[in-house]
Amino acid sequence: MLITKFLLIDKPIRYALGIIVLILLTGTTYTLVTQGTMAFLSPTYLLQQLQVASFLGLVATGMMMVILLGHIDLSIPWTVTCAAMAATAMGGEWAIPAGLAAGLIIGLVNGLGVAFLRVPSMIFTLGVNTVIQGLMVVYTGGFAPQTHSTPIMETLATGHLLGIPNALFVWAFVGSLIVFMLTRTAMGRYIFAIGNREVAAYLSGINTRLVLIASFVMCSLCASMAGILLAGYSTKAYQGMGDLYLLPAIAAVVIGGTNILGGKGTFTGTVVGAILIVLLQSVLSVMQMPEAGRQVIYGTVIISMLLVYGRGEKKEG
Amino acid sequence: MINLRLWGSQNWRLLLAIVIFALIYGSYSYMHPSGGTNRLFVQNANEIFVLVMVSMAQTIPVLTGGLDLSVGAIMTLTNTVASEVVNGSPSEILLGIILCLVVSSLCGFINGCIIVFGRLQPIIVTLATGAVFMGLALFIRPSPGGNVDSDLSFAMTFDLNEIFLTYKWPLPTWFESTVGLIPTPLVLILIVVFAIWLPFRSSVTGRGCYAIGSSMGAAYMSGLDVDRSKIAAYTLSGLLAGIGGLYLALQTGSGNADVPQAGAYTLNSIAAVVIGGTSLYGGIGGVIGSIFGAMSLRSISFNFRVFDADGPLGFIADPLLQPLFEGTILLLAVSIGAASVFRIKNRLKLFG
Repeated sequence: MLITKFLLIDKPIRYALGIIVLILLTGTTYTLVTQGTMAFLSPTYLLQQLQVASFLGLVATGMMMVILLGHIDLSIPWTVTCAAMAATAMGGEWAIPAGLAAGLIIGLVNGLGVAFLRVPSMIFTLGVNTVIQGLMVVYTGGFAPQTHSTPIMETLATGHLLGIPNALFVWAFVGSLIVFMLTRTAMGRYIFAIGNREVAAYLSGINTRLVLIASFVMCSLCASMAGILLAGYSTKAYQGMGDLYLLPAIAAVVIGGTNILGGKGTFTGTVVGAILIVLLQSVLSVMQMPEAGRQVIYGTVIISMLLVYGRGEKKEG
Repeated sequence: MINLRLWGSQNWRLLLAIVIFALIYGSYSYMHPSGGTNRLFVQNANEIFVLVMVSMAQTIPVLTGGLDLSVGAIMTLTNTVASEVVNGSPSEILLGIILCLVVSSLCGFINGCIIVFGRLQPIIVTLATGAVFMGLALFIRPSPGGNVDSDLSFAMTFDLNEIFLTYKWPLPTWFESTVGLIPTPLVLILIVVFAIWLPFRSSVTGRGCYAIGSSMGAAYMSGLDVDRSKIAAYTLSGLLAGIGGLYLALQTGSGNADVPQAGAYTLNSIAAVVIGGTSLYGGIGGVIGSIFGAMSLRSISFNFRVFDADGPLGFIADPLLQPLFEGTILLLAVSIGAASVFRIKNRLKLFG
């Protein structure tokens, strides 16, 4: 019964779950041999990993919105940093709204450029990333800003409710909104339609520009939420805090079975993908794998998973 | 007879890239106290060379409608390999250089094979292989260092005279004050263009790359060997990125597996390709435009060094403003290039 149910799950998610189990088993074997403990299977460790995964998960959730359209957002690194800096600089009650507002503005700029100028999103968001970086460098004067995150941000990022990290609730909340939007509203249908064939969506009367802008705004909002949580997690905002989130977020989305060309993908896949990447990084670092080996394994895992289920159609043309 | 108007309408993107470069570099040379001298040219040619190579490397996959996010990593990997093998006796140095270029071409070949036979999207394949190559680079050189033959280093990073002086070859006097003053990196770029790019472009495989980028289906139905063209594009991309990495090793005399630097080179190469007039959708553009794109991108930061800090526009000279200006110019360049969408009457044409 359980096995048939398991086989009914999407192929990418099934494989990703399998790899997660494999990672945990490998790690546990390692700790059993070296320390005689099963540290990787303890609830504390797993919950802690989920907490860390929620930052990447939030970024990946947003990234999925634009990848579903067949676009990409390379401005993630500095959107995360900018939101964190805006939130810590504002402080007080308005810290979180200030961070989200920064994300909203960046998303609007990205969306307008891609929807109206028809500049490929890859190059436009890359330019926007450099501009935000420039603005933040001017703002901070090249030094780390001397501001701290507010207590609310720290509670959201590091606090626990009933033993479960609050960051996980934020991720779940944002995720449920996105799932609702994708599966229960017209907007969700429009996103998949545009990802499959934009011109067909346009001819069916969909306001494609509005959908593009809205998706880029959602992406930036998710990234800025991750930035706010990250600032709360490390009690401050600093330059380069978002650099480690761009490529892993793309990888998480793609590992989860979303087509990088758009039109196909599930939120569950992205969640599993984000957890897989965080676990892989964590287990490898606990196993004291040097950075070189970690990078090689990381790349190899992504390629081999995609070779198993991400291959394109055989016929060309 | 060449039809000038036709040539112009086909190459306006390249011409625009040249004009952008002339404006940016011209203003720099004009403001620089030793503008237009051989010493300054040599210095600038050295500063642009690696980005030029990496941008050329990026161009060829982009022409096929793909993307190579691993160019920075291949460049870095070759850089670390070079710091291990490019030293010793002349024959050892030669073997070392060949080994570097073989390694980098092999990296590109692997990319191409995974993309073609794995039937995966280039962007995600090169994202992953980029991590693998970076890991290998870190494995070879966990901390910066290594040893690169200093004679070769001197010979390659100055002007042509320096090659004769370094190896104590007789230097003809007419040569010394004319051709000899040309910066060696510029000559190397020309050699790469004439010996690698132009023959490749006019070959069936090279034309196939353009055809794939324009229309994959049409290229396949016309009987072009799509797979071979794609693999060749990524292999050549690896080779060019490798030349960049090798040169970086000569420049710094060492190897460094610098992860942020590799990422910066990859992203800058995409920007340079776009400024150089190559379409990210594939099929339009070329490597020569990317050379000017890369040179323009680098020249922007040159300008900040010579801006009169006490003048009325002195605030622009603030180094803190530099990233902001670079980003703004990049955004403006791509937006101006895209402004033609406002002239389109039928919105259906927007979707291509």
